[in-house]
Formats: sequence, structure tokens, C-alpha cells
Amino acid sequence: MTDAQAAQSTVSADGRTIGEVVMEMKNITLRFGGVVAIKDISFDIREGEIRAIIGPNGAGKSSMLNVISGFYHPQEGEVFYKGQKRPSMRPFEVARQGIARTFQNIALFEGMTVLDNVMTGRLNHMHTNMVQQALWWGKAQKEETENREVAEKIIDFLEIQAIRKTPVARLPYGLKKRVELARALVAEPSILLLDEPMAGMNVEEKEDMSRFILDVNDEFGTTIALIEHDMGVVMDLSDRVVVMDYGRKIGDGTPDEVRSNQEVIDAYLGVAHD
Amino acid sequence: MPEQLLFAMEVTLNGLMSGVLYSLVALGFVLIFKASGVFNYAQGVMALFSALTLVGIMEGQVPFGHMINAIFGTEIHHFGWHVPAVAAILLTMVVMVALAWAVNHFIMRHLVNQEPIILFMATIGLAYFMEGFGDLMWGADIKNLNVGLPQGLNSFIDETTFNALGYGFFIDNLDIVASVVAALLVIALVIFAQYTKQGRAMRAVADDHQAALSVGISLNFIWVMVWSVAGFVALVAGIMWGSKSGVQFSLSLIALKALPVLMLGGFTSIPGAIVGGLIIGVGEKLFEFAIGPMIGGATENWFAYVLALLFLVFRPQGLFGDKIIERV
Repeated sequence: MTDAQAAQSTVSADGRTIGEVVMEMKNITLRFGGVVAIKDISFDIREGEIRAIIGPNGAGKSSMLNVISGFYHPQEGEVFYKGQKRPSMRPFEVARQGIARTFQNIALFEGMTVLDNVMTGRLNHMHTNMVQQALWWGKAQKEETENREVAEKIIDFLEIQAIRKTPVARLPYGLKKRVELARALVAEPSILLLDEPMAGMNVEEKEDMSRFILDVNDEFGTTIALIEHDMGVVMDLSDRVVVMDYGRKIGDGTPDEVRSNQEVIDAYLGVAHD
Repeated sequence: MPEQLLFAMEVTLNGLMSGVLYSLVALGFVLIFKASGVFNYAQGVMALFSALTLVGIMEGQVPFGHMINAIFGTEIHHFGWHVPAVAAILLTMVVMVALAWAVNHFIMRHLVNQEPIILFMATIGLAYFMEGFGDLMWGADIKNLNVGLPQGLNSFIDETTFNALGYGFFIDNLDIVASVVAALLVIALVIFAQYTKQGRAMRAVADDHQAALSVGISLNFIWVMVWSVAGFVALVAGIMWGSKSGVQFSLSLIALKALPVLMLGGFTSIPGAIVGGLIIGVGEKLFEFAIGPMIGGATENWFAYVLALLFLVFRPQGLFGDKIIERV
């Protein structure tokens, strides 16, 4: 690490290291026809932090996540990833670069077991060729075993051992969310994107999920960017928060800074019009 | 042993053998359906097309010969060489991969996220297009396909059974070859789907496009691969059926025989396609043998479809199809 980079690293209150900027969004504007979903927004994500994007419904949070993961392509603005300007990429290319994600409405392979679902997250870590894999030959065997070990470690970590062999379609909502997290996490991503990880959960499930997110960040040092509209949850979890409203950025900073920002308070509580 | 029983046994064996050929066609359907959720109506025509191409290449026929002659007033039909069967099969496979790419590039790629019925309609269009295209490219006359597979009575089985039972079974060598090939093909396909990276990716794509993208799978790559594999299965089916009954238009109609096989076995199951094919093969032969004479025969024409109809009523997912799970 150079001195300049070292200077950028900070150690947070609980002893985690927040590193240099791993992703930077510069002046992103995204339009759907005449509707402006994101308007000239810039922010960055640092290595090892939990970065939240919050805002009321329709603020453009999910659009922003889709821009990061390559599902949407902004008309204006640039994305810098690991210091380099990222060309326009399709979602699978973004995933191969080490950005894993979950979806608001859960996108799992319903017909497969939990273990199979998690193993698909390791596809990009398999490098032996088709013939070797088919014949279970040489390196392929070793590789499969290694990938399986990583998968089992994550499954244990997220406490879903008991349902490893269950087809996903049979699982309740909360567990599906956790399986999706496992699949994203097993790819050992540089950035983990979570689209409303707590949506539709009861209080207990939310607490579980919050604990897992914190543990993941703590244990593996994973950089996490998440979207949530529940203010309370986010403030407890995240290191820094971007607040969006109607496609604009109205706040950016630590939870405490954001909480006391008048524009943010107005957006969430409404303003009295006289 | 009574003559009747021996005869029934022979009929059963022959039924199994022809069932294998049904299974071969059904396999192509299952593959594409599993991997892309598309019911590929064109699978039968793909078998016809691959067989036409194979014969054309082997005989050194000039592709689009009739068209070229009609436009330029020339009289060229043959290059005047003969390509050995193995090389011709490899070349045909190259053509089938090119076809797979074209199907994805010009049709399927543009229909992502459309309703299954729209994709189905597209494959009907594809079927008719390819039928015409095949005729245009290689001519519409009936061709003989001989890639050197053994044909005719298997004298070893005939003699052995005659010496042991006093009644010689008639089993066609080609049917035996077809059974062995089908068995190898199924083993290869199952290993491919279950144990390779591309096979896993294929199953993932079939299940959920968005999720597949998010774990870094290229949908286009997988689709071209799937259509190529289906092309390969079509080629194998085309070789077997073409060797048996000549390469002609009616080859594309075997697709219709694959439908009841799929309903029986389940649209999503590779073993289902095999077992379904065998049941229908044996069932129609035995039914014709036992019941046919009483009701005037020709039961082979409808037996498979009636059986499929019964299955639709009592077990819509087929014998091995995915259970329809619904959380309430």
C-alpha cells in the first residue's frame, strides 16, 4: 500500500479497517423516456465499509443499484471501479468483475436445492474445462472440492445447514432472502449489493438479517452497498449513508450527519406548506 | 414355450428398439425446454435438416444447386467428390452450431422475457422456414443415407434364440446400434448437465434469467450452446431415422411422435424422455399385436396419443416431470 492510499484508510470505532475508494459514481443521470430516475448523482464506496442508499419509495434507489450492477445504463455520468473507468457492461460481465447482488423480489433458482443455488455463485471460480469436469479428472476434482468447501462455509455461517438439500421453492420468504445472500456472498465479491434485504420481514427476521449483514462485513471484510427504506435499520448498520429523493441526492454522510440534515427530515416527514 | 408368447416377446423387443428412436427425438425437446423454457417445435425439422446436410456433404452435392442453376442457367449439381462419413458428420455438426448461433442471433435474442407461447410460435415459424430452406439447399427428392451403420437381421440373435427356443427373433442391427448410441448420448448429457460448469449454468438459465445474470452467466452463450446441443441430438436422431427410412420430408413428422413421449415422461426430465419413448414404443407394438386384430388394426396411429391424453388427465406433469409445487 502506498503512503497516499494508507493515508486514506481509516479505522472505524469498532476496529474495522475502511480502505480506499473501490467504486465511484460520477454525475450519474438515468432517464426512462421523459422520466428522470436519477439526476446527476455522485458518491463513492470505500473498501470494507457498509454503505447505504436510502430514500422514500420512488426515490431511484433501485435504479441506482441497477446502474452499479449493469442492469441499467445511465445516459450521462461515469462509473469508476477499482480506479478505472468502467465501460458500458452487461450484467454478467459486471458480476464477473466481482460485484455480486441480491434482488428486491428475490431471484433464486426455484427448482434447485439450496446447495445448488449457492454453488452457482461459484461458477466464476471454476476454470477447468468441460471435459475435465465431466470426467471428474485431475484438477477438476480438486477445484470442485475447494468450491464446495467455500459454499459449505458460507452455508454454515448464514445458519442454513438444515435446509441445504431442500428445493428453494419450498422455503419461506425470510429463508429465501438468506439463501440469496449466501449465493451472492459465496462468489467472494469485491462489492456486495443488497437490494432491500429487509423488505417484507417481521421484526425478528429483520434483526437476524441485520446481524448477518454486520457479521459478513466484520468476518470477511466484505464491502457492502445496500438499499433500504426503513431508516431505523439503516442507521444502526451503516458507516455512511446516501439519501435520495425524487432522483436527487439530498444527503451524504455518517448516519448522525444525515439524521440531522434538514432536507432529509423534510423528505421523510414531509414539509408543511403554507 | 408357446408360439404366441415367443412372438409377443419379439414384438416387445422390437417395440423397445423403436421406442429408443422416439426417445432420441424427445431428448432434443427436453434439452431445449429445460434450458430455455422454449418448447422447440422445430426439433423434428432440425433432425431432417441435419440428415439432408449430412447426405449432401457426403455426396458432394452443391448446396443451393437448383437455385444457382435456375438463376445462372448452369448445370452444376455435384462437386464430384465424396466425403467420408466421419468427416461429413463433423462438418454437419459445424453447420448445426452455425444454425444454433443464427437462431439465437436472429430470433431468440430478441424474444427475451416474452411469454412462452410467443417463443413457441417463433419455433413453429422456424420449423417451416427450415423445412423450405432445407429443400432449397439440398433438393426435395428422397435420399439414401448410409454412414456405414450395420443394417438388417442380426443373425447372432436369430440363431441363438432359434437354437434355445426353437424360434428365431428378428432384431434389426440398426436398432441395436441406435439403442447403444441413445444410451451413450443420455449418459453424456446427464453428466454434462449435472457435473460441468456449463451444465450448471444451463440449468440456472432455465430457472431464472435475472438470477443467472447476477452470478455472471452470459445468456447468449448458454442459448447458443443449448441450441447446438439440441442440433447435435437432432443430428444423431437424423442419422438413425435417415438410415432406417431414408431422408425425406416425413422425417420432420417424427417430432409429432415425440409429443406423447414427452407428455408421458415429463417435459423436463431426460430419463423421462427415455422411459416415455420405451413405454410408447413397446405399448403401441403390443397393443397392435394383442388388441389390433380385434378392432381392425391400425392402432399404432393413435395409441400413443390416447395414452398421452390419459396421462394429461391423471398426471399432467408426466412420470418424471417436475412436481408442481405451490405454496399457499
